[in-house]
Amino acid sequence: MAEEDDIEQPAGMRSFWTGTITFGLVTVPVALYAASRPRGVALKMIGPDEAPVRRRYVCSKDGKVLDADEIVRGYEIEKGKFVVVSDDELEAIEPRKSREIDLRVFVDVDDIDPMYFERAYFLVPAGGTNKAYRLLAEVMEKGKQAGIATFVMRAKEYMVAILAENGILRAETLRFADELRKPSDVGLPDVPKTAAADVKKFENQIAKHAKKVNLREFLDDYTERLEKLVAAKERKKEDIVRAPEELRDEDEGGGEVVDLLAVLSRSLGGGGARKPAKKASGTARKKAPAKRTAAKKKSSAKRRAS
Amino acid sequence: MAARAIWKGVVHVGTLQVPVKLYTAVVDHSVRFRLLHKTDKQPVKQQLVSAENDETVEYAQVKKAFPIARGRLVMLEKEELEKLEPKDSRDIEITRFVNHGDIDHRWYERAYYLGPDGDQKAYFAAAAALARKKKEGVARWVMRDKSYVGALRAEQGYLMLITLRHADEIIAADALKPPGGRPLAQREIDMAHQLLQALHDRFDPEQYKDEYRERVMELIETKAAGRKPKVVKFRPKSKETDDVTDALAASLAGMKKRTARG
Repeated sequence: MAEEDDIEQPAGMRSFWTGTITFGLVTVPVALYAASRPRGVALKMIGPDEAPVRRRYVCSKDGKVLDADEIVRGYEIEKGKFVVVSDDELEAIEPRKSREIDLRVFVDVDDIDPMYFERAYFLVPAGGTNKAYRLLAEVMEKGKQAGIATFVMRAKEYMVAILAENGILRAETLRFADELRKPSDVGLPDVPKTAAADVKKFENQIAKHAKKVNLREFLDDYTERLEKLVAAKERKKEDIVRAPEELRDEDEGGGEVVDLLAVLSRSLGGGGARKPAKKASGTARKKAPAKRTAAKKKSSAKRRAS
Repeated sequence: MAARAIWKGVVHVGTLQVPVKLYTAVVDHSVRFRLLHKTDKQPVKQQLVSAENDETVEYAQVKKAFPIARGRLVMLEKEELEKLEPKDSRDIEITRFVNHGDIDHRWYERAYYLGPDGDQKAYFAAAAALARKKKEGVARWVMRDKSYVGALRAEQGYLMLITLRHADEIIAADALKPPGGRPLAQREIDMAHQLLQALHDRFDPEQYKDEYRERVMELIETKAAGRKPKVVKFRPKSKETDDVTDALAASLAGMKKRTARG
């Protein structure tokens, strides 16, 4: 359940969910971590006094500055009238699904229409032993299988596919069938008969431009341009400001360098990551980055800075 | 009921052109919550303040800066940032065609339907050709000041455009070392394999429903009516055994019993 304005803990690298995967009577305790880095560079907000700007929450009525523990979640039942719900109440609705991913069905990974996939998370063994984890990963990967279930995470139910790659389990949230529109929902015209000659023209063009995937195409040129501009200004020592340590906004989380890859490697029980983290790039946001996003992006900025 | 198109463009397939309209293909049914002040139940709002003296700062006064090192930033003027934006265009350029499945689903971000914008003949011919060739196009376009990379696919005779994540957003599974330990016993692998086979089925997404959403709305109604919601405590299943081999054997035995009973 998305909040309109989410007060998220600053660490995007924290585990999102811990619980148990079950298949048959076998239980696999796991923790979920994001499997992708946030997009782009987190530009910082600077005020007119050249000091960093931070966000805070205030009550819209009395203007009181609020700490996280003075903020609750509510649902607007009519204009201006809210029903407050607590996390405990939300979890109590589906206590089992909030703690357990019960895999009762296994399907061929290729059987899942890619349109369904929404977001990927790595699963890290969280119990005393990782044998059940390794066993499930081994058997699913070899058989190109995915386990399907629904579970509740952060007050929202997800359909989820658990699959394995390189001995590592991944949870990929799937969209529910009613979250995908059909061509008829959109109002597209019925598919007419096509003239063979018209189709052939397109087939020829497709054949002419058939190539292998090149991941370079997936790089983001906006961030590259941004980085070039920044490098040029840095060389010329133009517009450089200093933000004293104690003034850096709170989402810097005490200046600890967090890298998703390092966190994952540590959690998986390995040493360092196999490859150095790739150079960060992506689309910098036009708007001021939201607090949580800014925090998560720190790692990419740090990598570049180093 | 026809949906509203969010954008119009022209797909360029080599020398051919297909004018299209873009429609969002995913809908979000999430229950929306607001953040409220605990004591007076009024919505909260965000405020920007200077980290130096907690004085409020108007959004219009805020400048952007790029962090280059700990505590060092390069200021960026609005005009400088605007200059970096891609040039406006209506063209959806197809740079190459790749085989179905070559772009892993982990790259897919958000799906859009394309609908014909005038020339229906070209639109449906392009969709038919993509399906026959079992290919998808790699597309590049600029929409609302942002550049996108996407996959152009044929689905049920229609064209779809799916935006792709950027290269460094994805952490490849092989960049990580899998958890290690003593080699697994072949007997356990065999048993786990049998268990998975017994649970194998076709993927049927219609079978899974977001029941939680309705239950949340029930909770809200209960509380709105001034009644106390029922709070159920989680009780873990009585664990039969912590031993993986025993658990597998018991699962398989249970499975057989069920089958025997018919």
